[in-house]
Amino acid sequence: MRFELTDEQTGFAAAIDKLLSTSDAPAVARAWAADDTGPGLALWKQLADLGINALLTEEAQGGAGAEPIDVVVAFEQLGRHAVPGPWVESAVFLPVALGSDESVGALAEGGIGTVCAPPHVPYALDADVAEQVYVVDNGVMRGATTRARHRSVDPTRRLFEVVSTSSTTGGQPTTGGASTTGGQPTTGGRSTTGVQSTTDRAFDLAVLAASAQLLGCGERLLADSVGYVKQRKQFGREIGSYQAIKHHLADVRIALDFARPLIQGAALTIDSPDRARDVSAAKVAVAEAAYLAARTGLQVHGAIGYTAEFDLSLWITKVRALVAAWGTPAYHRGRVLAALTVVEPVETTSSTTGER
Amino acid sequence: MNLDFSEAELAFQTEARVWLKANVPSEPLPSMDTAAGFRAHQDWEARLTEARYSVVSWPEEYHGRGASLIEWVIFEEEYYRAGAPGRVSQNGIFLLAPIIFEHGTREQQDRYLPTMASGEKIWAQAWSEPEAGSDLASIRSTATRDDERGGWVLNGQKTWSSRATFAHWGFGLFRSDPSAERHNGLTYFLFPLDSAGITVRPIAQLDGEAGFAEIFFEDVFVPDADVLGAPGDGWRVAMSTAGNERGLSLRSPGRFCAAADRLVELWKERGADHPESGDGVVDAWVKAQAYRLYTWGTVTRLADGGEMGAAGSINKVFWSELDISLHETALDLLGPESEVESTWTDGYLFSLAGPIYAGTNEIQRNIVAERILGLPREPKVVQR
Repeated sequence: MRFELTDEQTGFAAAIDKLLSTSDAPAVARAWAADDTGPGLALWKQLADLGINALLTEEAQGGAGAEPIDVVVAFEQLGRHAVPGPWVESAVFLPVALGSDESVGALAEGGIGTVCAPPHVPYALDADVAEQVYVVDNGVMRGATTRARHRSVDPTRRLFEVVSTSSTTGGQPTTGGASTTGGQPTTGGRSTTGVQSTTDRAFDLAVLAASAQLLGCGERLLADSVGYVKQRKQFGREIGSYQAIKHHLADVRIALDFARPLIQGAALTIDSPDRARDVSAAKVAVAEAAYLAARTGLQVHGAIGYTAEFDLSLWITKVRALVAAWGTPAYHRGRVLAALTVVEPVETTSSTTGER
Repeated sequence: MNLDFSEAELAFQTEARVWLKANVPSEPLPSMDTAAGFRAHQDWEARLTEARYSVVSWPEEYHGRGASLIEWVIFEEEYYRAGAPGRVSQNGIFLLAPIIFEHGTREQQDRYLPTMASGEKIWAQAWSEPEAGSDLASIRSTATRDDERGGWVLNGQKTWSSRATFAHWGFGLFRSDPSAERHNGLTYFLFPLDSAGITVRPIAQLDGEAGFAEIFFEDVFVPDADVLGAPGDGWRVAMSTAGNERGLSLRSPGRFCAAADRLVELWKERGADHPESGDGVVDAWVKAQAYRLYTWGTVTRLADGGEMGAAGSINKVFWSELDISLHETALDLLGPESEVESTWTDGYLFSLAGPIYAGTNEIQRNIVAERILGLPREPKVVQR
């Protein structure tokens, strides 16, 4: 038992953090939101050079064959720096869902892919910059073409309707589909068909990556808020010295500290029957923690936090979008409950009143 | 990074599980805060001691097994999963013992620890005073030097003293240097509760039972042999207890994981009638799981030589709020019957004390904000 990142993993996180800290990531995100994708694509290549895009690709296909925990480490940093682009889609979902398909090699090398996986992922993120666009149709991956664009509450998430190029749905947007990946709650690793179980696994890894992104967003919101309340003075002293402010921020610290081990733990059980339960538990907890960080961060900043000009807004809006991305909290709570009610009955634990 | 136990740890887990299954009383013991229940819980401690399960992490010479921190957490999980009784020796074995190991003399360790481990002597904490609650450093009870007899004379009053109604020994801080202020000039004393000059007045708690008490001291003599650590050094000595009570020791994840599992079982029985409680069941289970995993992270860091430090405050706020919300969800599931006395109402009333004792959650949040987030302290209020 050793529940702590290795030096190699913390080193990987530090390398990504260093690159992003010197890349003016907020400016990149703002440009991306304004359809100036050049800086974002340049950053994409730099991050690909660090190996993020190849993490889940098998070594035989030119990938790193890394562990899910490495994905968690990388995606926390992407969240912390509000890096734009279809990262979950391109670096996590597609390499797993496409399996041995030769297109995976291009993604591992830094190519851009995106996917629409209804009903939980109704739009393909940043499909206009992607070289590979897919739609998941009852567990089957199909090529797709891009249609109407929608604005997200997070301006850096550019949403596109897509339609399958190889299906008979006659050009209808696939946003209303009812396939798994994930339509029905599954209890993890028990899907019937091979293709379905592959896309289900890809979906759960994507949920895990999005959870890590949320964790990074929450950590950044907290760090920026702590920095702000230490220097902002009112009534003659730093507002961070008031208990009303302290207690809000302490609650954020506590919520994030207890979301993190659920994400790390889910990375370790990704190939066990508990996969769906653990991934969903992580997403539920981190969505709540990051959302608390966003609300609290805005509140302790006051009006300056409500401006588009101030960078805090990048994370406030991103958190709201990610809370519902790759499965809403209601969906994930439903999956946890489904998993808990099918497991073998535990031994009775009568009468444990406490002690103090 | 992994959550795998070694062969030896798995064998220890199996051994504990088998023993507990065979030995845990099938009926709940009466409340430990009644005379009969206290006695029954002491008997249970004796059985645990016979099988060397009462203090697994202690050295063998004091009834322990020299178990690792990992094995201790494993044992706690098995203990609560088996529905075993609450620990009447809690205050002694988890709060006081770590300080005796750290600050006590060899003679003191030999004298106190064996009967503490076996449950023969039950210890009660004596921290709070009428004017010293969250502000523990404003202690007024005094210790006056008595060179002739070679000891100290205690006077004053302690309150909210858990287990003191039936316990045999007490431990707490007294002001031994009247000219010193706040954290200075305090000394850590251990004293038999049947000493001449001590009066214990039980206080009924919300559940009607005497879970805590006031202790009055009137010229109570304590020999030097029962001073823990150096005279005047009591605050520093005591703070290791506070860290233990807030942190890992007092609240192992086992209790919450077992309670969450019971809640899931209740949901299976009652959920159809109360679908609106589903989210509460999930959140309780998820938080118990989070607490469990968080603890494994803490155990890893401690095994690497790290310290609990202020992280104990993060722990304490989390488990105390989890305990309440978990029981609230159970009562919601029981619907109109929820007011009928049951293990759930017992657990609920017990949980309500969590955000208050061992340092209120407001104090804990201050600690998190100041020591972990690095926020500025509040300016001192100038008194007088």
